[in-house]
Amino acid sequence: MIDFVMPQLGADMTVGKLVAWRKRVGDSVQRGDIIAEVDTDKGVIDVEVFADGVLERYLVEPGATAAVGTPLAQIRESSVPIPAMATSPPPAVAPGEPTAPPVTGPTTGTPGRLAISPSARRLARELGVDPAQMMGTGPGGAITREDVERAATISPPQAPADAPARMRRAIAVAMSRANRDIPHYYLSTTIDVRRALSWLEKENALRPVADRMLYGALLLKAVALALRQYPEFNGFWADGRPQPSDRIHLGVAVSLRQGGLIAPALHDADRLSVGELMCALRDLVERARTGALRGSELSDPTITVTNLGERGVETVFGVIYPPQLALVGFGRIVERPWVVNGQVAATPTINASLAGDHRASDGHRGARLLAAVERLMQEPEKL
Amino acid sequence: MNRDEIRLSVLSVLRTIAPEMDPVDLDPGANLREQLDIDSMDFLNLVIRLHERFQVDVTEADYVRLLTLDDCVEYLAGKLPVSPGA
Repeated sequence: MIDFVMPQLGADMTVGKLVAWRKRVGDSVQRGDIIAEVDTDKGVIDVEVFADGVLERYLVEPGATAAVGTPLAQIRESSVPIPAMATSPPPAVAPGEPTAPPVTGPTTGTPGRLAISPSARRLARELGVDPAQMMGTGPGGAITREDVERAATISPPQAPADAPARMRRAIAVAMSRANRDIPHYYLSTTIDVRRALSWLEKENALRPVADRMLYGALLLKAVALALRQYPEFNGFWADGRPQPSDRIHLGVAVSLRQGGLIAPALHDADRLSVGELMCALRDLVERARTGALRGSELSDPTITVTNLGERGVETVFGVIYPPQLALVGFGRIVERPWVVNGQVAATPTINASLAGDHRASDGHRGARLLAAVERLMQEPEKL
Repeated sequence: MNRDEIRLSVLSVLRTIAPEMDPVDLDPGANLREQLDIDSMDFLNLVIRLHERFQVDVTEADYVRLLTLDDCVEYLAGKLPVSPGA
């Protein structure tokens, strides 16, 4: 039996509210199925299950707020167990020790007396949150006043009007942490995009309207391919060291109409053709704006790419989204006098910038990453 | 389809892209991208949906002819078969 737990959908998430179950007890579930809807500061997210089996029982009812990592339901695994990757934050099961028959089941506090200080209990009562739905971070898993305050930030029925304020708060938490913890450095370069744009124009003329591509898709693909050669910019800072990821999930910054910003993952962007990437991007942007993102898209971007050119700026000086290691920004297309083969010609160019985490990488490698993006953009047909 | 019908149709497409839009406040002669804060992805969706609704193929070169609501109506009216009495 394995636990389906409240997932961490982004570094800034500590608690979430279960809105609805999308599978019933007794239903069989497959890895990737949407099992629940969870309300977070980023809106209501469809959460996938990471195991195959049968939904055995609910541990939490819709409407309840639970800390990240709290078991929400139990799943009886099907005969062929799916190794690893089950339940995003691995519970206290030590990998590489298969000998001891693991005692699975709830690893957090057993039912019975709740470890909570009187003052935290009083606060919970005042704020109208249920301590039984929280995971304590105090000594011995005790629930602290801070845990209660955190849980209260996602309180019972939030009016939709409150959503922008909650998102603002989530951004505030993540960005404050970025500024406090990450020693940023910044690099920028100007890229000639004449070839890329003329290739795109020709390509789009051959495509039906619905399959047309935006130049942003070329930029994303170029970044994804460049990251293969410079893995220190792709992944996470965790346990005091950089942990590069072998998958390239571009977090694409999408501004929302009601204000705010979200950067869901475009999974395995380096393996998609530009056409496929464009298709995935359209779908992702649409779902980000209509509030239909999936949990995995929020929890696993390995780098953020933002394009602020549409808003008229030339250069982006980005803030890294923790625990990621870098952010690549693009400005608007500007026509400049540009020297090509000794001749000055009016040429469309775009500024690409990198915000890097100096704990994980150095400017020298960052410069090479941007140079690789520039080089890749000169051969758009090969992207 | 006459111009008023086209206008209503375009407005309903625009509402799928900018749901908070109030047609009463929309200046038909002003730039849609700026008024409705739409980006190139929204604009592509607008073109795709106009294509679906009107069966009109909008080339990329024609994008500059769709800058305002009035532009869209004129452009589509010019591409659609003339309805009797229009």
